[in-house]
Amino acid sequence: MTSGIRLILDHVGHAWGKLRVLEDIVLTAEPGEVMAVIGPSGCGKSTLLNIAGGLLAPTSGIARMEGTIADDCLNPLTYVFQDFSLLPWRSVRANIALVLERLPAAERAARVTEVLALTGLTDFAGAWPKELSGGMKQRVGIARALAVRPACLLMDEPLSALDAQTRDLLLDEFAALIARAGTTTLYVTHNLAEAVRLGHQIVVLSRRPGRVRDIFRLDRPLLERSPDDPDAKALERTLWHLIRDDAAVAERERIDAAD
Amino acid sequence: MPRIDGPVAFRGGGFSPRDRWTAGAITLLTIVAFWQLGASAGAIPTLFLPPPATIAATLWRLIATGVLWQHLSASLARLLVGWVLGTVFGVATGLAAGLWSATRSPVAAVVAALFPIPKIALVPLFIVWFGIGEGSKIATLSLGVFFPTVIATMSGVDNVPRGMIRMGQSFGLSTATIVRAIVLPGAAAAILSGFRVTSSIAIVLLVAAEMIGAENGIGAFVLSAGNLYDTDSLMAGIVVLSLMGLTVSGSIGLLERTLLRWR
Repeated sequence: MTSGIRLILDHVGHAWGKLRVLEDIVLTAEPGEVMAVIGPSGCGKSTLLNIAGGLLAPTSGIARMEGTIADDCLNPLTYVFQDFSLLPWRSVRANIALVLERLPAAERAARVTEVLALTGLTDFAGAWPKELSGGMKQRVGIARALAVRPACLLMDEPLSALDAQTRDLLLDEFAALIARAGTTTLYVTHNLAEAVRLGHQIVVLSRRPGRVRDIFRLDRPLLERSPDDPDAKALERTLWHLIRDDAAVAERERIDAAD
Repeated sequence: MPRIDGPVAFRGGGFSPRDRWTAGAITLLTIVAFWQLGASAGAIPTLFLPPPATIAATLWRLIATGVLWQHLSASLARLLVGWVLGTVFGVATGLAAGLWSATRSPVAAVVAALFPIPKIALVPLFIVWFGIGEGSKIATLSLGVFFPTVIATMSGVDNVPRGMIRMGQSFGLSTATIVRAIVLPGAAAAILSGFRVTSSIAIVLLVAAEMIGAENGIGAFVLSAGNLYDTDSLMAGIVVLSLMGLTVSGSIGLLERTLLRWR
């Protein structure tokens, strides 16, 4: 099932004043495909994602989407945020209902119930965000994203605020949910294991200004992958060799508002 | 080298004061008791400071004859209308300044220029503009409430995490929904603490305006009692003002607990 759209970054570049963050990015995520983007910190990964979703205007090039959108899709390009971005003054249920404001009340309630069940949150519908662990908060984040029936998921380091055990648990859930929804997905991460677990295309960006250094393809379906696959481990090692030097340099650079 | 051999001494105590409402109540009652004892013993001249029992009796007489309600109702009406007007316009202006570049600097400039003026100094001008009646009093109150409300709302909006607003935009929510569901609740804590400030400003301005030119109202009542050396009535009026302040701040506390229960 591929209900997703094709997402195209056509010679996209971005600069904050004189600081060039991204240069000449040419990428295409095919319908239903997960494109994982990795690279050293500050390489413009999040900038790329914000341009892809229309939250940031590129200084050069253009982001485009192609394909047909399902009738029940409320928001074709939908984010899952690193910091979850839940509204603390709304219950879990109300956080999800908010993004369905255009639906009639009955349909809205039905969709909330559906995505809560899908993400194992049914018992937490009435909870406040502050009562939830990080992992549960991000489950709400993904439930909220799926509720709008997106054509493309834009995931910005969705697991990096979580502990390692929670990360492993959620990674498996993400794989199942993405495979089930069949959305095109842009998954930005600095975690190579996540990229290898989820990516059909793994895009390696260079350090700032970020350019596409390399693209790897992994055609095995998400549901047939395991973190212990020897070829997955091998690819992870290859990726690490590729970005290790950049990461070491980037880590010693001065941090500014670039990313 | 010195040898150590013994239990680790506890040093993590203190710096965590607890609220004990009974201690507060006992303190107030003790002060009143000493006041009453001092007056009964003749140590406090009762013309200058009437004892609590006399104030209570006077207050009861004022309630029974309906005099208190006549003044109190006039004051409460002014307080309510003036505060609500200043708050509604203040929150709207503060929101506009917090949300849009077109309004931000103009509002900031006007606030910077007019906020420092003691509003009570404008009462004579407002009497010229709106007459000696209700208009000038309500205008004074509203203006006194308006500026702090603008400032509180604006800084509240400024402190709403931008990520939450971006989240709303990324889901295609309308501007109206973003303001209603994200900006206003996010700024609510700051706006409510602004209410604490503006409600006490409103009471101060109310009494002052009523002392400048009014026939009724608690401020006028306290002033005329003073002119007649009727310190019993004067103190009764002051007790009413204290209770009024307590009630208002209690209501705001209730509002905070209701609206901010997610915290």
